[in-house]
Amino acid sequence: MGGVHPPENKLAEKQTIERLDPPKSVAIPLAQHLGVPAEPVVARGDQVKTGQRIAKGEAFISAHIHSSVSGKVKKVDAVVDASGYRKKAIIIDVEGDEWEEGIELDEGLQKQCDLDAKEIMTKVQEAGIVGMGGATFPSHVKLNVPKGKKAEYLIINGVECEPCLTADHRLMMEKGEEIMVGIELQMKALGVKQAIIGIEQNKPDAIQHLTRLAADYDGISVQALEVKYPQGAEKQLIKALINREVPSGKLPIEVGCVVHNVGTAFAVYEAVQKNKPLIERVVTVSGTSVKKPSNFMARIGTPVSALIEAAGGLPEDTGKVINGGPMMGKALNDLEVPVTKGTSGILIFTENESPRPPEQNCIRCARCLTICPMGLEPYLLAQLAEKQRLEECEDERIMDCMECGSCLYICPSAKPLLDHIRVGKTRVGKMIRERSG
Amino acid sequence: MKLLTVSGSPHYHAKESVSSLMYGVIFSLIPAMLVSFYFFGLPAILITLTAVVSCMFFEFIIQKYLIKGPVTIFDGSAIITGVLLAFNVPANLPLGLMVIGSAVAIGMGKMTFGGLGKNPFNPALVGRVFLMISFPVQMTTYPKPTAFTTQLTDVVTGPTPLTALKDGVTQGVPVSEIMTQLPEYGRLLIGNMGGSAGEISAIAIILGGIYMVIKKIISWHIPVTFIGSAAIFAALFWLINPEVYPDPVFQLLTGGLMLGAIYMATDYTTSPMAPWGMIIFGVGCGLLTMIIRFFGAYPEGVAFSILIMNAFVPLINRGFKPKRFGEEVKNG
Repeated sequence: MGGVHPPENKLAEKQTIERLDPPKSVAIPLAQHLGVPAEPVVARGDQVKTGQRIAKGEAFISAHIHSSVSGKVKKVDAVVDASGYRKKAIIIDVEGDEWEEGIELDEGLQKQCDLDAKEIMTKVQEAGIVGMGGATFPSHVKLNVPKGKKAEYLIINGVECEPCLTADHRLMMEKGEEIMVGIELQMKALGVKQAIIGIEQNKPDAIQHLTRLAADYDGISVQALEVKYPQGAEKQLIKALINREVPSGKLPIEVGCVVHNVGTAFAVYEAVQKNKPLIERVVTVSGTSVKKPSNFMARIGTPVSALIEAAGGLPEDTGKVINGGPMMGKALNDLEVPVTKGTSGILIFTENESPRPPEQNCIRCARCLTICPMGLEPYLLAQLAEKQRLEECEDERIMDCMECGSCLYICPSAKPLLDHIRVGKTRVGKMIRERSG
Repeated sequence: MKLLTVSGSPHYHAKESVSSLMYGVIFSLIPAMLVSFYFFGLPAILITLTAVVSCMFFEFIIQKYLIKGPVTIFDGSAIITGVLLAFNVPANLPLGLMVIGSAVAIGMGKMTFGGLGKNPFNPALVGRVFLMISFPVQMTTYPKPTAFTTQLTDVVTGPTPLTALKDGVTQGVPVSEIMTQLPEYGRLLIGNMGGSAGEISAIAIILGGIYMVIKKIISWHIPVTFIGSAAIFAALFWLINPEVYPDPVFQLLTGGLMLGAIYMATDYTTSPMAPWGMIIFGVGCGLLTMIIRFFGAYPEGVAFSILIMNAFVPLINRGFKPKRFGEEVKNG
């Protein structure tokens, strides 16, 4: 159903992951996940070690946060994050790189695990792991299947359908074994017998590599998927792999699935087998004007400017810097924004690539409706949202929209369809909350 | 540091624009245009040029001096209206009438509703029907196709196959006898027959249609259901009484059916949005066309049927929605 084919531009797909040294100072936001922000447990002047917990997320949907560096807490203050708003963060001045005790730093593969499901889940929660595909939903919550529901499949998302991004691709190529072990651990935690890794056909090397590795693991298989955006959206991925449709407004568990990103599987491996909390991640830095398109293993809290510097510096003709992919990423207004658990890429667009085409009248060509992966009518939703006809928006299922951006991408009149729909969704969400008291 | 552009996602945009789509349609019209120029000669060229230039001129005047807004006469839409309007009239129509028709098509058919994308009715058809009602004699005097000619006056005129059929059937002449005086199907397919300037060649129009479907300028839904339902309806009547109703092949190859199904009914603005809506629209057009041809006063019904269905589009859009993801849950 639906889908578009934006140019792939995976310029960094052959660049091996390069480990970046900690920067001079990091800003670690307290809200790097969906749900309730974490509460700081350190104060100004405290000495912290790499991997030490510095904020705890005790609410049902929240996640712990650990220091990605060793040094001294400079302050807890509001900094601009990728959303463009000022959010609370712990700012640490880096001194050396001294790790918390108990974290194994050797890179040797650790396959054996004697922990039971409950213990694995606790380790995942302790490590502060969240969905690393970008949605940043706390992972331990997903591993905890609600009562009355049963998980049949663990779906592993290696689709990486966003153009330009290559972080997951590189991770699959370089940390394939670790991902396999991570998947096995998640299967154990969920009590499922089958795991399917979905990868788009534009990554034949990754498909081949993981298929070969999967042969040694019971119940793990790899499936090649048609190249189409948004193939990696949770609901679309489940549909493509096992032909089940998650009902409107429901979660994947409704159809017996739990979906995790390959990056999350790797983080689970490191947390359970190496005791290492989530303090770094792979970030693609790319763009047609970037000197050295790269994939970096960067500490959480590293400013975006440091990543750009490592990729050859900010080109003279830069018009836009995007946090995430070109389809769903956010344009940044500040390059000191820190890398967070959900940062998959930093893209640099030239001045020519930056502006949207000029808007024209809607010619009712029906392209938006044909390509909408959720079977919605973006032209209609945008009109209704603009006129604030919120009940009608709800009836036309505006809340099903996942903001993949396909409608605005394809619109020959370049109507700001998604902009109106986003505002509409916020208003309808508020209306629904008020209605239910 | 200089300022960065901040805008909502997505940050990529497809290359397609309104004008690239419009010029795609114009490009696909070239075969039909060439056939028209070949059979009707210089008059066909003149009438097409006049229509295109007048449509652009009236759009310019209205946008510049009445609406006082941006002038968008080069987006290709006025050119399409002009070409299709010319295709819908006899090639020897006096050029003055063509100018009047263009004014009505653009003024009344399009700009009065707010311009591109806002009009409920196909502008070229509005122009055509206006001319048809106001100048019935000039609009039904069709030149005979003669391979390229430069004659401007004293062209030999004759009935279109559909007019000949209507006249014959009305007088009680059996279809089989009428058929002996009409061109055989091979000639009809190529377009060697009397008719409006651009509607004659089924093969050239189908070629353009295939191009547009492959290039994803239009979808198959409306043309296939329009032509299909007309063919089935015609076949039923033909099976019941072949002496009064000609066979479906004849129906498909004559008149404006192909031009209507492929170019007029598929107009983005005046056709439904969802696939099932398009199918209903196409079937409606096909059936109404045949009903008018069989039982109406006019020999041809394509223009009326499309305009009637245009009027139903808002209702169709309300009733027929695309299939929502996660709507029918048949998991197992």
